[in-house]
Amino acid sequence: MAQSAAPAAASSAIPAVAPISLKEIAPWALFVGILMLVLLYFVGAEQGATSLISGENVHEWVHDGRHLLGFPCH
Amino acid sequence: MNSISVRALLVRGMLAGLAAGVLALVVAYLLGEPHVDSAIAFEEAHSPHDHGDGGEDPVSRTMQSTAGLATGILVYGVALGGIASLVFCVALGRIGRFGPRATAALVSLGALLAVYVVPFLKYPANPPSVGDPDSIGKRTALYFLMIALSVLLAVGAVILGKRLAPRLGNWNATVAAGAAFVVAVGLAYAFLPSVNELPDDFPAALLWKFRLSALAIQLLLWTGFGLVFGHFAERLLAPRAGVQDGKARTAAPAG
Repeated sequence: MAQSAAPAAASSAIPAVAPISLKEIAPWALFVGILMLVLLYFVGAEQGATSLISGENVHEWVHDGRHLLGFPCH
Repeated sequence: MNSISVRALLVRGMLAGLAAGVLALVVAYLLGEPHVDSAIAFEEAHSPHDHGDGGEDPVSRTMQSTAGLATGILVYGVALGGIASLVFCVALGRIGRFGPRATAALVSLGALLAVYVVPFLKYPANPPSVGDPDSIGKRTALYFLMIALSVLLAVGAVILGKRLAPRLGNWNATVAAGAAFVVAVGLAYAFLPSVNELPDDFPAALLWKFRLSALAIQLLLWTGFGLVFGHFAERLLAPRAGVQDGKARTAAPAG
């Protein structure tokens, strides 16, 4: 966005990149995106504010990572 | 551009996230862990607190600071790498005349700011013994709310910049959208409740160093991701003319 349009010069130096259609991205974004968010949940919040698995093993195992990655821990 | 390239970019994003995670892990182990240990020493000296169950810790400190830390940071790197590569797929060719490498760098910078730095300035990372265990629910909710808000505002700012660009020109539109983002974030900071649960006489220098090391981990993670993923994406999407010709020539006889 910061580069001003200098059509002739710019087009030879940086060829315009065709956007990937959103329809192509949507299924990946939906399934893999949600899977990734679930992974982040287990690293960042499981057995802290909410627990899907009972006990404290997940919390204790990722304890240091949680503190150092900035998630509220205990 | 077919869905093969989305899949290819996603795989490369997760691999780049893993590589960046390794870099962040080294920094976390060398810079961060000494402060975590000091904070735990403070905790044990001041309030013998045992996570409420009274028993011995299920995971030893050695495991927490090595394998546990590695699990946390590498999974974080892979997950955010995957998400960032999906954002890259959307951003490519839509945020201006940038090639794959520059787009990857901008997406990484944007992610560092929106996912980490902006929430961090309101709800910074805390070492062990800072924070009341009873308020974990409230603190977690506020932190994730701040991340969600910051990401939505950043996406909004990019869309605003795109809309303004034809009228104001690219530079002024970018500045205007950036200013709008800063004002909106400032309002969020002002209206969301603050959290201050620092124990009395917790060493200020330790808190500062812990937070700096937390920031360094993210800086390394996103710099590493931007550079590695940008390299992969450039090779995948913009192969040099010579390479392309070579591929075309070898592919021609087969197909």
